[in-house]
Amino acid sequence: MRIHPRYTQRGAIAVLGGATLLTLLILAFIIFFILEKGLPGISLSFLTTNPTDMGRAGGIFPTLIGTIILPLLAIIIATPLGIFTSVYLSEYTKENKATRIIRFGTDCLAGIPSIIFGLFGYIFFVVTLGFGWSILSGGLTLAVMILPTIIRTSEEAIRAVPKSYREVSFSLGATSWQTVKKVILPNALPGIVTGIMLSIGRAIGETAAVIFTAGSSLRIPSSVFDSTRTMAVHFYILAREGISAENAYATAATLIIAVLIVNLSAYWLMHRFIAKRS
Amino acid sequence: MTEINKVIQNKIAIDKLNLFYGKFQALISVSMPVQEKMITALIGPSGCGKSTLLRSLNRMNDLIHGVKITGSVLLDEIDIYNSSLEVAELRKRVGMVFQRPNPFPLSIYENVVYGLRVAGIRNKKESDEIAEKSLRGAWLWDQVKDKLDHPALELPLDQQQRLVIARLLAVQPEVILMDEPCSALDPIATMKIEELMIELKKDYTIVIVTHNMQQASRVSDFTGYMLMGEMIEFNQTKNIFTNPSKKLTEDYISGKYG
Ligand SMILES: Nc1ncnc2c1ncn2[C@@H]1O[C@H](COP(=O)(O)OP(=O)(O)O)[C@@H](O)[C@H]1O
Ligand SMILES: [Mg+2]
Repeated sequence: MRIHPRYTQRGAIAVLGGATLLTLLILAFIIFFILEKGLPGISLSFLTTNPTDMGRAGGIFPTLIGTIILPLLAIIIATPLGIFTSVYLSEYTKENKATRIIRFGTDCLAGIPSIIFGLFGYIFFVVTLGFGWSILSGGLTLAVMILPTIIRTSEEAIRAVPKSYREVSFSLGATSWQTVKKVILPNALPGIVTGIMLSIGRAIGETAAVIFTAGSSLRIPSSVFDSTRTMAVHFYILAREGISAENAYATAATLIIAVLIVNLSAYWLMHRFIAKRS
Repeated sequence: MTEINKVIQNKIAIDKLNLFYGKFQALISVSMPVQEKMITALIGPSGCGKSTLLRSLNRMNDLIHGVKITGSVLLDEIDIYNSSLEVAELRKRVGMVFQRPNPFPLSIYENVVYGLRVAGIRNKKESDEIAEKSLRGAWLWDQVKDKLDHPALELPLDQQQRLVIARLLAVQPEVILMDEPCSALDPIATMKIEELMIELKKDYTIVIVTHNMQQASRVSDFTGYMLMGEMIEFNQTKNIFTNPSKKLTEDYISGKYG
């Protein structure tokens, strides 16, 4: 028996719509759950004072600094490296075995659990290079961790720029580099920024790779060679060691809000850029 | 005959050009002159190699992986494939208009000055002057002079195509290659571009690919008929259309083929 297309169509809409709704509900539930438990604990003094008694009391000021500085360092290092690599792969090399191997390699790297990066960072940056548990070691490790994502998303964005733009640019006497600067990167920017945002989100929420490399010091760092603690690590330690559930949730809520702010402002910046360009 | 009054001179000389896409030979020993300040048309059925030949005149085929070329293309007596002439320099002298209007997603003004920026010209006054001159040259100035900062993609298609011509004129090319420049346009817009081409002929050497034989006979001085990668016949346009010397050409223009 054949089911009338009208009914299969309705069925499809129900399944697709249901899946979307379920996803949104799960997301909303998580955010609501954390915010409900965490928001009451957030206050100005919670954000601006140092923790006391291992975080059982007091605020989270040092972890705020750690949460800003580590991902920032990672992004500053990984963004240019990642974009240059993706430009090189997509614009300056012909598709061949070597580029396919590089691409396969970056895909594999992107899928490696972060604790492996933590281990690598510990052995290489902390011990071998002697940077110790520090912002530098942590930032470099996070940079290595997010690099594959930035390379791949940038490359996708660059490949999505219409071929005709390149042809026109070359036909007007532009060199490859001029074409990259004036046509390809500006048009790929929204996609590149999306990749960077994903990476920032990942770096902000990271614990395993950070504990091993940046340590978990609650003191306010005075140089990149000092250890630091991020909110994610703070949350992990508070919860794991049963220090304070209340402060753990408040920290988690702050973290979620921070990620939201980062994403929204990037979104806003990008739209302003696009509006200004055209 | 207007062409007699001009000094007839080969701007480009194509000699025994072979082009391979990998193992497939798309051009087979093609020879053809392109005379200065004339319009040369390339006609022939789809897939016969017209675009390939056109794109080999400013080395756009270099961008395609696996292309091999033998033979020579001389621009003002200089071999563009075997000399110190830089590709970017060549493309400034031999510019291209593509099949579909393809402005960048930028303002009208930024589109026109793109080639200047690439050439390192940033001076506002100079850019403004060249932009106006180029837009006038492409018969677009009056339509866009009050909205130069508007997105180019908001223009109707025929104005977009004249905009990309203006963008090309700003680079001050010597030769303009056009690959079916009217195929996305309606008959009235097509007529306008044809008139514009005849006007541009005063200052530029033009090579146009077209699958529209009326267009070739209306605008061109010389016509080459191609078939399966070969140049079957090349002659003055009026001879090609009234008195072709080859049976194959006659079949094509009388509509027996393609
Ligand atoms: N990039 C390419 N790679 C391989 N073959 C191509 C490529 N471009 C064109 N060809 C082939 O070369 C021949 C000539 O193509 P083209 O010059 O585009 O013809 P026309 O412009 O006369 O329609 C066709 O058989 C086409 O399939
Ligand atoms: Mg073609």
